[in-house]
Amino acid sequence: MSKSEKKVTSKDEDKKKSDEKAIGDAIIAAANARREELAKEALATRSNKTLPKEIKEKPKEEKPKESKPKEEKPKAAPPSKTDTEEVSLPEFEKSFVDKISSQFTGDVEVGYIKENRTRVNVKKEKILEVAQFIKDNLPFDHAESVTGVDFPEDKEIGVVYHLGSYTDPTYSKQVLALATRVPREENPNPGNDSTKLPSLRDMFYSVEFHEREIFEMLGVYFDSHPDNRRLLLPEDWADLPPLRKDFRNKGR
Amino acid sequence: MLKELVTPQNANVFVGKLGDILYKAVDQPLGMAINWGRMWSLWPVHIETACCSVEFGAASSPRYDVERFGIIEAFGSLRQCDLVVVQGTITRKMAPRLRLVYDQMPEPKYVIAMGACAITGGLYFDSYNVLPGIDGILPVDVYVPGCPPRPETLIQGCMLLQEKIKRMKAR
Amino acid sequence: MAEQVIPTKKMPPGLQVENVDDRIMTLNVGPQHPGSGHMRIIVKIDGDYIVDADPDPGYVHRGEEKMAESRNYITNIPHLERPVIHDSCNILYPYVLGVEDLVGIEVPERAKYVRVIAAELNRCIYIQYWLAIYGIFLGHSTMFMWPAGDRELLIDLMEKITGARVTHAYFIPGGVRNDVPANFEDVCLRQVNYFEKRIKEYADIFYDNPILKARTEDTGVLSREDAIRLGTTGSVLRASGVDYDLRIKEPYDVYDELDVHTNVLKSGDSYARSKIPWLDMLESCNIIRQALEKMPKSGSIRTKLKPNPKGREDEVYRRVESGRGSAGCHIISRGKPEPYRLKLSVSSFRNLIALPYLLKGEKLGNMPAVYWSLNYWPVEADR
Repeated sequence: MSKSEKKVTSKDEDKKKSDEKAIGDAIIAAANARREELAKEALATRSNKTLPKEIKEKPKEEKPKESKPKEEKPKAAPPSKTDTEEVSLPEFEKSFVDKISSQFTGDVEVGYIKENRTRVNVKKEKILEVAQFIKDNLPFDHAESVTGVDFPEDKEIGVVYHLGSYTDPTYSKQVLALATRVPREENPNPGNDSTKLPSLRDMFYSVEFHEREIFEMLGVYFDSHPDNRRLLLPEDWADLPPLRKDFRNKGR
Repeated sequence: MLKELVTPQNANVFVGKLGDILYKAVDQPLGMAINWGRMWSLWPVHIETACCSVEFGAASSPRYDVERFGIIEAFGSLRQCDLVVVQGTITRKMAPRLRLVYDQMPEPKYVIAMGACAITGGLYFDSYNVLPGIDGILPVDVYVPGCPPRPETLIQGCMLLQEKIKRMKAR
Repeated sequence: MAEQVIPTKKMPPGLQVENVDDRIMTLNVGPQHPGSGHMRIIVKIDGDYIVDADPDPGYVHRGEEKMAESRNYITNIPHLERPVIHDSCNILYPYVLGVEDLVGIEVPERAKYVRVIAAELNRCIYIQYWLAIYGIFLGHSTMFMWPAGDRELLIDLMEKITGARVTHAYFIPGGVRNDVPANFEDVCLRQVNYFEKRIKEYADIFYDNPILKARTEDTGVLSREDAIRLGTTGSVLRASGVDYDLRIKEPYDVYDELDVHTNVLKSGDSYARSKIPWLDMLESCNIIRQALEKMPKSGSIRTKLKPNPKGREDEVYRRVESGRGSAGCHIISRGKPEPYRLKLSVSSFRNLIALPYLLKGEKLGNMPAVYWSLNYWPVEADR
């Protein structure tokens, strides 16, 4: 008797449970929907942080409007400077930059020529040739630093090699910035996407650790670099490369 | 008389009682002696985690000379140490190593959090790679504030720890 | 591990990684190790000889460069000096010079001299700490006690000027934060003279010590060509016979008005690398005395900045000679109060590349001598 009763009660309980489940699911679904709404509202007001990618795009759409006109200025400015202030340009610096630009007309653009500081912008396909040319024909013998800069508006990542000279005393003041740009991907997959650059390690040995740092900090993979491993970040780092502009520090 | 009292049935109870009496008689003075020994022979682990190690080094320089308080001679083996002075920022890469070091030390062990970074994250509150204080990974005994703390402050922190050990129940 | 051997360095026969694979033992030195500091060196040893070394920095990587992008040019100052708190003036120097370029302000003459004096004092403080640790790494306890004690003299002096023991935050764009105390010249001269007398005694117990010589001479030899090729800097470079000091080659502030000499040694071993910083300290004492003489006795020490200064749209790369070598700062500005990108090109990071190269073929016991002779401060390298 008791067994059958139990069975009956259990059936009733099952029914009740299923009803409760249905009700519970509905409540959870409603709560989830509400949560999403709230999250979207919060996102619209706050600047985005580590959030799903659908919503991330909103602030990005706003950004270019502000930054695009600004971005045009530095591009336009250096040539105008060279045109107008050609008389006041430092001659020594101009002489060796002209060597590079005359060798690679069309592929090389002079960024700026200031006292002791010069900059040469190179297309990424030509970076190896230009570096080899500088190594062979100019007394720059080591790389001081390698800076990676993220330009989300241009969908590019800039890499700047600062080259210096120890051997030639006349060049000891000079720092030549050899800059190039690589395409930037919205969802980076370091090592497997188009953000790749040939390594300058064969020409300037000292870039080895700098390039490893750029790889982990910005996700630029260097072909022919012997070990593109992590250098500074923890081994379990699974977020975006931290120096990209869409990676935000907490509270910023 | 004792033979009548102690029968095979109640021998265990009797021995237990005797142990209690002995424990009560010896616990207080022995505990104090043990604590006294622990107090004056604190051996910190040699683990440097960030820039506060400069002031940690300066604390054992001839001017401050913490060794006169029986504290710092940071060249011991891990298995003999009983103090971790967390010298500043704990990054995400260092945190598992710090816990590993702490787990390998024998009991009893004490922790001093030195510097603002070890207490709350300090200057690096918004950094992506820094823990907001070490409370999440280690049980801290004494907090020594400052960025970095002066050696005097560190010495005071160590003396506070000694005071704490003095009042602790010896295990 | 990929092939990293530079062809110019000849390895002793039988020490190549491929040939002796079954005898290789891998050791982790650090991060908890009295001979490592805040980093880990993964060494592969064959018997007592290191066949491969792989430095693993990053235990103090705190994201300074990322944090700098969300702080303005003034609030950046205190946290940019944190990588090297005992050389805080010199690590701030390139940043401050760069911001002055971007904002476009002139620094008063007196402030330039005060800066040079503070930077040289801080260089001595840094080198003294480095020397103390080098002494204790080699088991020379007296060499820990002497520099650590003499260092406090100069720390007192800096405390009088800036108000803080090690983290001064003294240099700001436009000058220095506050003026030197009233009778600073006399006190400074007296302290520096005494300090110079003290450090000359180090030669007797440390640099002429036969045990030190036996341990450091001919260990970790870096040839001139390789020092240039590896892009090393500072004392490592000058110990290998390259005469390159930014205070002379690219003088900033008033270094061109002072008589600065560099010290160059040719041998390129650990002994030379450990001796160059000590010679630098003696040179610093000379520079401080000259600067005290030439310093204008009164005048402004700071050009007032507007609140929340904005840099023009440009980029600058400034570098100075810090206690460890060239410290560079690359600032990209977009006309906002915050830098768009700030890169610290620090000398420790540049010298780190020489470590695996120097350790190959050395005995394991020589590792601390070679490692710390690179004038390496892990917190700075990790940033």
